[in-house]
Amino acid sequence: MSLSRDDVQKVSLLARLRLSDEELDSLTSQMGRVLNYIEQLSELDTDGVEPMAHAVDVSNVFRDDAVRPSHDRSEILANCPRHDEEFYLVPPVLGD
Amino acid sequence: MSLTDRSATELTSLLASGELSSVELTRAYLDRIAAHDEAVKAFVHVDAEGALARAKEIDARRARGETIGRLGGLPVAVKDLLCTRGELTTCASRMLARFKPPYDATVVARLKAADAVIVGKTNMDEFAMGSSSENSAVQQTCNPWDLSRVPGGSSGGSAACVSADLAPLALGSDTGGSVRQPAGLCGVVGLKPTYGRVSRYGLIAFASSLDQIGPLARTAEDAALMMEVIAGRDPHDATSVDLPVPAYTESISRPLEGLRLGLAREHFGEGLDAEVETAVREAIKVYESLGAKVSEVSLPHAKYAVATYYIIAPSEASSNLARYDGVHYGHRADEKATAVELAAERKALEAAGDEQGLKQLDAPIVRMYRQSRAEGFGPEVKRRIMLGTYALSAGYYDAYYLKALKVRRLIRQDYDAAFEQVDLIAGPVTPTTAIRIGEKADDPLAMYLDDIYTVSANLAGVGGISVPCGFSQSGMPIGLQLQAPPFEEDRLLRAAHMYQQETDWHRRRPTL
Repeated sequence: MSLSRDDVQKVSLLARLRLSDEELDSLTSQMGRVLNYIEQLSELDTDGVEPMAHAVDVSNVFRDDAVRPSHDRSEILANCPRHDEEFYLVPPVLGD
Repeated sequence: MSLTDRSATELTSLLASGELSSVELTRAYLDRIAAHDEAVKAFVHVDAEGALARAKEIDARRARGETIGRLGGLPVAVKDLLCTRGELTTCASRMLARFKPPYDATVVARLKAADAVIVGKTNMDEFAMGSSSENSAVQQTCNPWDLSRVPGGSSGGSAACVSADLAPLALGSDTGGSVRQPAGLCGVVGLKPTYGRVSRYGLIAFASSLDQIGPLARTAEDAALMMEVIAGRDPHDATSVDLPVPAYTESISRPLEGLRLGLAREHFGEGLDAEVETAVREAIKVYESLGAKVSEVSLPHAKYAVATYYIIAPSEASSNLARYDGVHYGHRADEKATAVELAAERKALEAAGDEQGLKQLDAPIVRMYRQSRAEGFGPEVKRRIMLGTYALSAGYYDAYYLKALKVRRLIRQDYDAAFEQVDLIAGPVTPTTAIRIGEKADDPLAMYLDDIYTVSANLAGVGGISVPCGFSQSGMPIGLQLQAPPFEEDRLLRAAHMYQQETDWHRRRPTL
């Protein structure tokens, strides 16, 4: 599987990253080299191997559905780049 | 012997007996930081005033005869990805340059409850992605043994500050070797606990199925002390395991009888520097002289560990770092400038009648996300987000991510089989000693390959420790790595302590 500059461009949208032309060029070659290295996994036969997503097998951890105090809104909004004391403010989502 | 030469264990007993005040000790470390950190650059923030106020308060409580916590006024340093309530926690990233968490990480809360004095936050590779601390957006931490060399990473600041005696104990985090590798390169002890042993609550996530917090210290005994404070079940982290925490500091002086040490033949192959190999083999002889039985074991999938890791870790990272959208917290691009630029692009496309281009043009909020992330993240973080997004994207998921999860299982099975024959696996931490700053900066893959001996423990979820075991001709520290079955930190610490009783590598100090 070879990686094209166009592929990298598409991934940058999925990743919500804006990349410069230079970044697109260097990432195309760097990611290509890493993926090429990773290719070696294909020589392993993994049929029937159970995927391992986690090191410790923990199933659902339950807790009581009890109301507990959470953080104060103003404390949380203090780290927000733009807000009106109540809501997060963002550029227009719909329309222009 | 000056105060800052002493071990954390000695210092806590001096504090407990009242021979030493926390203010006196904290001042001694702050003085040392003031004198040397300009050269080492281990800290991204030092809170001298806060630390002294805290020390004073602990001294006052002690004077009143109140019960004092385990660390009793001992200064400690904390990697800057562990949340400290109301204090900057930046992950050495522009993205979080002004982030002040509204809560303490569980390990930080436990340090505070044990009456530690947090003197500052340490430098790291941005979002813990890197092995040299070169990916910090703040500064380059230098190796105290040779300032032209890297301290390793990503917990480079924590390793350098312990090595340079700027703090007796520090916390780091290890996702693919980020505690053990800098510890090895700076000549200190670094423990990566078993996944689930220490709560990750308030650790800014990189790869959640691999991340684990661990101590950096001069001695195994000091690491044991830190582990007793931080380990154990935490309701805030559902992956923290509900097992009793052994009294590590009590058992540590009991040598391991009939220890069976395994050498994985895959750890002594091509790429291992001769000086590193010699030092590690000498260390194993020390164990033999103490009665350990040494045998060869095999971890047949070890050679696939780096490839597996560089799918799983970036995949998890791309998902975890999606939260940095410029909306809730973290960096947001200048909205006016972004809007003006977008409008100009639209106008140009309209003028050119480029229908396709117009269709592909970002919506205003998407442009804000993309621009904020472009400005907030450094090159390595972008690289890993891109790799992970690619590996998880439609059409590639099975070939990359799912494949990697299966190989991860095989790597774990290798460990399970090896630990049926031996109690610990011993080998090198890194293929070479610390590289020069900039030496591999343009070659990400070469840098990734240096993680060869450390990433497997994270993938398998087992514990590992790095212990100083010698120096190269050029005077750079070399580390011995020991790995143990899950939840056998006690065994790792006791084995490391046995070795440190016989050797004095950990007593050597860099000249600053």
